[in-house]
Parts: sequence; structure tokens; C-alpha cells
Amino acid sequence: MKIMLLAIWHYRHFILTSIRNDLRTRFARSKLGATWMIVQPLAQGAIYAIVLARVLGSKLPGINNQYAYVIYLLAGLVGWTLFSEMITRCLTIFVDNTSLLKKMVFPRICLPLIVAGSCLLNNLFLLAATLAIFALVGHFPAWMWLWLPILTVVTLMFGLALGLILGVLNVFVRDVAQVMNVVLQLWFWLTPIVYFINILPGQFALVLRLNPMYAICSSYQQVLLWGHLPHLRTLGAIVAVSLVLLAAGMFLFRRASPDMVDVL
Amino acid sequence: MSGAVLQIDNLGKAFREYRMEWQRMLSWFGAHPVAASEFWVLRGVGFQVEAGECVGIVGQNGAGKSTLLKLVTGTLRPTEGTVRVAGRIAAILELGMGFNPDLTGRDNARYTAGLMGMSPNQIDAIIPAVEEFAEIGEYFDQPLRTYSSGMQMRVAFSVVTAIRPEILIIDEALSVGDAYFSHKSMARIRRFREEGTTLLFVSHDPGAIQSLCDRAILLDRGRMLMDGEPSQVMDYYNALIAERENATVEIHALESGAAQTVSGTREAVVESIGLFNAPGEPVEFVNVGEPVELRVKASVHGDIPRLVFGYMIKDRLGQPVFGTNTHHTGQALEHVRNGQTVEYRIAFPMNFGPGSYSVSTALCSTDTHLVNNYEWRDLALVFTVANQNRDPFVGSAWVPPRIEVLRL
Repeated sequence: MKIMLLAIWHYRHFILTSIRNDLRTRFARSKLGATWMIVQPLAQGAIYAIVLARVLGSKLPGINNQYAYVIYLLAGLVGWTLFSEMITRCLTIFVDNTSLLKKMVFPRICLPLIVAGSCLLNNLFLLAATLAIFALVGHFPAWMWLWLPILTVVTLMFGLALGLILGVLNVFVRDVAQVMNVVLQLWFWLTPIVYFINILPGQFALVLRLNPMYAICSSYQQVLLWGHLPHLRTLGAIVAVSLVLLAAGMFLFRRASPDMVDVL
Repeated sequence: MSGAVLQIDNLGKAFREYRMEWQRMLSWFGAHPVAASEFWVLRGVGFQVEAGECVGIVGQNGAGKSTLLKLVTGTLRPTEGTVRVAGRIAAILELGMGFNPDLTGRDNARYTAGLMGMSPNQIDAIIPAVEEFAEIGEYFDQPLRTYSSGMQMRVAFSVVTAIRPEILIIDEALSVGDAYFSHKSMARIRRFREEGTTLLFVSHDPGAIQSLCDRAILLDRGRMLMDGEPSQVMDYYNALIAERENATVEIHALESGAAQTVSGTREAVVESIGLFNAPGEPVEFVNVGEPVELRVKASVHGDIPRLVFGYMIKDRLGQPVFGTNTHHTGQALEHVRNGQTVEYRIAFPMNFGPGSYSVSTALCSTDTHLVNNYEWRDLALVFTVANQNRDPFVGSAWVPPRIEVLRL
């Protein structure tokens, strides 16, 4: 473990350069470059807003802003996008870097860290764009927004832990990525992002509270929309679960590492 | 400083297939599920290399050469045994190095240097030297997707060898580059050696092994057959190949069947083809200028009015180097009967430059194969010419000159 941390420290510049390269490659061949990673979730938000605003728009208690639903939606999407991007990219992280893994010797743990860094950066852009939209519709910063960095870190950690495990498994069983793409879609709809939890029947809502992404997304909503404290206790639980998953992921990763290049 | 920089003990690598992948996963946690199949690409290999030694690794395809280099480099983990390395390793295992096609040569060079664990200061320090050594001019700041494979190779070699490593590992990469650059990189490798770098080197070019290495290791089907003087090992290797080809002409034809193009009516077919040296032993590696004999046996299936045998020797790019046929030499056979066998013995001195050559054969009725094409066979035979004891020269023909130098 100590060796791994030392290796990460030694390769810190490499990790940072790679995150920058990652960003630059996106700029390289498309006209709008990196703006796409903001446009995509925002477009998604716009679609839901247009389709669902009339249905759900009036059911937000305690908020005067007529764009309340849009704010609710975007707040949840910021959290969800970070998580789902982490998972999607971690899933294929080793498979995508086959030639690198076969030809060069370097601490392989750098790869998930590069993905985490690059996802974080994307998310910061998205967050900035979201906050700009909030300002446009007359929703201005509150002190509670200072919780955002913590929410980001928790989401990132949870995504990284789950992503690392799934990424390792996907090297050996490629169906994992296919299955997860479906699961992510389902997961999105099982998380109150486009709808409110109070429209669900009681026992269903209870089950839904077990979904860690519910706690994360609703914390984003609490903080950004209502200016309330996030669900600290649940977040604490998620941090604990993430740490356990992360430890399990690292263990799995280290055990699977020798076999990895063999099957790639 | 001398002493063993590389110590390999009882090294083995097996690729295991499991019926279900979860069985493999169980094996990470101490369980020992029975693998559905287990394939040892390398087993029981052990040797040590002293600082500054240059070791060539030879063997046929599938002998385990690349696996051995990957195990030493560390991209593959051994199944059994150990590899102990003292010092920094630089390796060029295959072309490309995992370059990113959308980044420029410069950025890729920086990226690769970072992968090798260099700090930003070190990287800044080496990049000008890399640019200078690669000599690809403006391209260095163009995206990599615009590069030819030779240019990628130039950048890769320049980065990997920018700082002299304790151990340099090269897996045939040098054979890909152009002649100018391969000479330039050989010069750098020689300089490293003089400064004490240990070299581990896979090549199919016996000339390179003999001129560069102090020692050669012969691998065959994952086992170490021999470890000794390069010339001795190469001789043994040649004999091994020759013996195998003799014993298994049929299998050889089947194995290479996929690559061969055979066409024609098959009324006459080449039964066997081989290259023999002066004492009559089959050879695959031939010295420049050595007298050899190409022996071809053809069998006839059907009465044919006229039989002409032609052959063409091509270089590794497929360019014809020499070809003729028995029509031109006035030796066409008239009225050949069904069931007859004809042997052609073609003696000539191997006045070719070093490199790999192939022989195509044709059996037909006139001087072109367009009238009656009985059989046309590409890549019927492949052999290698190596310059073992002549003065160095370049080119595909050996035209030994007598040079007079007059001080006037």
C-alpha cells in the first residue's frame, strides 16, 4: 500500500499531464471541443425541463422561482453526471489502454486516477455552467453552496470505488460493461433527479432511500435549490461504504493485476 | 561496476484458460481451480547477464522470445520463477508505445517520458535532444496520426533511449525503421554498450546478432536450448531449422499454406523445394557469396506436351532480384508422361546482399505462364542471406569490387 502511494506520488506530474492531454485530445478533432461535455448534460436537462416542467413544475413547496424545477433538475444532474461518467469511463479503462499496458511498465493505478481527475475537471465545467444558468434565472448563491466541494469529493470517491471494481472485472468478463450500461439507465430512473421522491408511493420511496445515489443527488438538490444542509448522516454512511468498496477494489486490482495483461 | 544486472531463475509463464472466468477470479484469492487449458509459452529458463554484456535471443516464431523480454521488462508477470533486475530498464517492445494519435510528436514524447517515470525537469531537459535525434523536422509538432510508421519508430526510439539505461531491451523494433535511422540507432546502442549498458536483443537478423552480441541464447518452444557464443548458437539454430524442415516437409507446406498463393491446373506440381549448401546440407541462412543449390522436385499428373520450370527470387519487399526459366536456358522438356517426376538442380553463388528473400516457382508450357499454367507458387521457399565474413556493404546485390586507390 505504501509502495503504491509512493508510486502515485512519483508519477503525480504524469497524472496531471495526462489529465491535461485528455482534455486537449477532446479539443483536437471536434469544432466545439470540450464544450460538448457541458452541452450534453445541459441538453439532457433542457429536454427533461421542457417535457416535464408542466407536469411537475407546480409541486415544489417553498420556492418562489418559476424556474424551480429547472434548478432542481440541474442540481441533481450535476451529481449524477459525475457519477455516471466515472463509472462509464472506469469500466473500459484497462481495455482501452491495452497497448499501453502491454508495452510500458508504469504504476497501473495511475489510470483510474487520471480518469478521476479528468471527470472532476469536466464536472467543474458543468458546475460552472449550471451556476451561470442559475444566475440567469435569478437563483443566486447561498452559503450552503460551500458544501459543494464535499459533495463532489464524496460522489467522486463512490464512483471511483465502484468503477475500479467494475473496470477490473470487465477485463475478464467483457459483458460487465454492456450490463452496466443498462444498469446505469435504470439507476438513473431509480434516482429522484427528474421527479420528486414524494410522488412515489410510501413503501417504494422507502426502498429508494437505500440507493446511495439518492442521498448524493438529493444532497445536491438540498444545497443548490433549497440552501439546506445536505443529508450529513447518509453522506457519512456513503463515505464509509465507499472506503470499504475502495479497499476491496484496490485488493481486487492488486490480485488481478498479474493476470490482466495476459487476457488483454 | 561489474556484476550481474539481470538474474533469471527458473522462469516460466503459462497462459491459463478457465471454463468460467469466475474460476480465474477465485485463483486470485488463494483457491486453485483446475484450468481448462494451460499453455506454457516459457518454462525453466534461467541465466544471468553481467553489466555491459550484450545478449541476443534467437529462436523461431513462437519460441517465447517476446514473452521472455516482456517478463524481464515487467509488462508480464511470471507464473513461476523470478526475474531480478538491478538498474533502470528501457524497453522498445513493439512499435507505437501506446502513442496517442491526436497529440503531436512532442506531446507524445513528453507523455512517454512521463510514463517512464521522468520528472518534468528531466523531460524538459531531454525533449530537445529527442527532437534532434528523431530528425523528423516539422512533423515533431504535428499530430501523430499524420506520421508514417517509420517516423513513429524514430520518435519512440529517441525517447526511450534519451537517457542511457542500465538495461536496454529491444524486440526487433529496429528492423522496421529505414536504413539511415537504423544505422544511427545502432551507433547509439553501441555507444551505450561502451558506457556499460546491458543489452537484451531479439532479432531474426543473424548478422545483427553476430556483429553486436557477445552471447546468444537459443529458445525453442519455450525452453532454453543453448546459451553461448553467437556463432556457435546460430550454427546450432540453423541446423535445428534445417533438420526440422527436412523431417517435416509436409507439415511445413501445410503451415505456410495460408500465406502461399498457389494457382494453376495442377497437371504439374512442385513436390519439394529446398536450398542446399556445398556439402549438400539444407540451409536457411546463407553467407554472402556462398555457393548454393536450389533443388526442386516436380511431379506430373497428366500427359503434357511441354514442361518449362521457372523461378524467381524476390527480396523482402517482393521486388524481383533474379529469375529465369528452362525455356530461356533451352532446357524445356517435351512430352512428359503422367506420373513422371522431374528434379531441377539450380546451382548459383549467393551474390545477394544481406536480408530475407523468397523464391516463387512456376511450372508451365512456354516462357510465360499465361498459356498453360500448371502451377504457380509464391513464397515456395524463404531464406536469409547474412554477411558473415565479407567486407561490409549495402544493397541487394553482392558485386565484389577490386578497388585501386592511387595517391597521385
